[in-house]
Amino acid sequence: MSDPLPVETQGLGKTYGDIVAVEHVDLSVEPGDVYGYLGPNGAGKTTSLRILLGLIRPTAGWARLFGRDPLTEGAKALDGVAGFVEGPRFYPYLSGRRNLELLSDFDEPVSRARVDEVLELVELRDRAKDKVGGYSHGMRQRLGIASALLRQPRLLLLDEPTTGLDPAGMRDMRNLVRRLASEGITIMLSSHLLYEVEELCNRVAIIRKGRIVYQGPLRELLAGTANRYRLRATEPERARLFCLSQPGIANVALDDGELGFSADEEAVAALSIALGQARIAFTTLMPETQSLEELFLGLTGDESSDRDREAVAS
Amino acid sequence: MTAVARVYRWEIAKLLAQKRTYLGLGSAVLVPIIFVVVLVLQTGGPNDVPLGRNIRDTGLAVPFVVLFFMSIWGLPLITALVAGDIVAAESHNGTLKTILTRSRERGEILTGKVLASVTYVVVVVFAMGLVGVVAGSIAWGFHPLTSLSGTQVPVGHGFALLLASLAIYALPLAGIAAFGLMLSTITQNSAASVVGALMWALLMQLLSVLPGTESFRPYLLGTQFEAWHGFLRVPADWAPVIRSLWVSGLYILLPLFTAYVVFLRRDVTGE
Repeated sequence: MSDPLPVETQGLGKTYGDIVAVEHVDLSVEPGDVYGYLGPNGAGKTTSLRILLGLIRPTAGWARLFGRDPLTEGAKALDGVAGFVEGPRFYPYLSGRRNLELLSDFDEPVSRARVDEVLELVELRDRAKDKVGGYSHGMRQRLGIASALLRQPRLLLLDEPTTGLDPAGMRDMRNLVRRLASEGITIMLSSHLLYEVEELCNRVAIIRKGRIVYQGPLRELLAGTANRYRLRATEPERARLFCLSQPGIANVALDDGELGFSADEEAVAALSIALGQARIAFTTLMPETQSLEELFLGLTGDESSDRDREAVAS
Repeated sequence: MTAVARVYRWEIAKLLAQKRTYLGLGSAVLVPIIFVVVLVLQTGGPNDVPLGRNIRDTGLAVPFVVLFFMSIWGLPLITALVAGDIVAAESHNGTLKTILTRSRERGEILTGKVLASVTYVVVVVFAMGLVGVVAGSIAWGFHPLTSLSGTQVPVGHGFALLLASLAIYALPLAGIAAFGLMLSTITQNSAASVVGALMWALLMQLLSVLPGTESFRPYLLGTQFEAWHGFLRVPADWAPVIRSLWVSGLYILLPLFTAYVVFLRRDVTGE
């Protein structure tokens, strides 16, 4: 039997009375993944992560972290796992360092040197003696990462780690995530920022209204749907009429002197030869890579109902 | 150090870092001081309460009289202030999910909070008692105590009786703490739990003075605040003491049991 996956869920569901927060969520995060959990606000990302962290009980299905179910095994299921939901929270009346010391005592105690080390890593060493009550949002986010790293996790679960940060803070956080991933930590992060997932993640799940609408490699998601091509020809109108007559070329549209059409690779290859034979010169023939944003809107549709549910579920 | 001991140590550290702890503890030690100062400046005194007539005889009598007055709402309020807050504040701040996503089981965390609440109650009662002895002794000296049976009790023995009385007095107060902690766990609202626990204490006091409650009066929580009278009789009357042990025990264990059941299964969502 192969090693259990860092994250695996099957048919996971959570309902609050009549309100369905998530249903039929099947996820599998593999070792070394930087896994993006993408969805509009209120789609069920935080609910899923809460179940994974053992904070709430699912009403259907199961979730396992490295093969252990937080519902039945409690805190033991979090062995090797660290993270936070909805932003890390600390005791405002204790200093950053004291907060970390407290949390390390809620695990197996670590040395003061290790506390210094993680404070250094998130660049909070200078402010470690100050009470967390006076920390900025960005500093708290970084302290959250530091507290997670104290556990020396093999899996990090991060709920919208860059939300609310200024551009520099976002950049720092992303660099930190990249660095941790390069050290071999599997990371699952939720986000509603599409470019962030595009930038950081190798695999994604897209959740909409509590259901997973896509799961798989980001590359495949982008490639699989990129069957639109763009063509620039010296005689656009003649090219358009020619394309209409070609097999396998569909949805031809002329827009601002540029032709757009849908086709598979084979049809496009045939088209390029046919264009030459018909003596229609073209300067550009390239796939139109759909941005994740467009793709995402296509998959998730109207978001308003998600927000309504969020208000009830939280 | 075991896991629970580490959680407990941090619960104490958290209490020591919060203002409400000192507010409670400060009031508890200020009351006997104010009491003594007023009685030094005024003539007359609390003649209707146990040992009230003897309060100017010795500093040893002061804490017993203060215990009576503080049992009505002073100590319940001081207790509720901390016990009602101890889980709810963490739900409110979101720190509950921070500590629940470490390696400690929920039961260990709640046990740490229960032990910290009990510690606070015991510290408050003993601090109040000892400050009362010191303040009273400065005013009127450290002399033998008159027992409730009218006999003289030597100072050493009298002091031992005071310590025993404070200990038995802390029991019903722990019952109020347990009730506050249960509300704190269920409601996740600090203010509601503090007020709720205080109302519970007042209701218990009210029932023990209303007519028609005589049949079950010995089993009310408020009655247990008088169990120490048994120690101050000659010979000692153990009946109220033993009754307080098991009656207060029930008032402690039933809410705690409820709190555990709720806390172990509860969905922790927070802000």
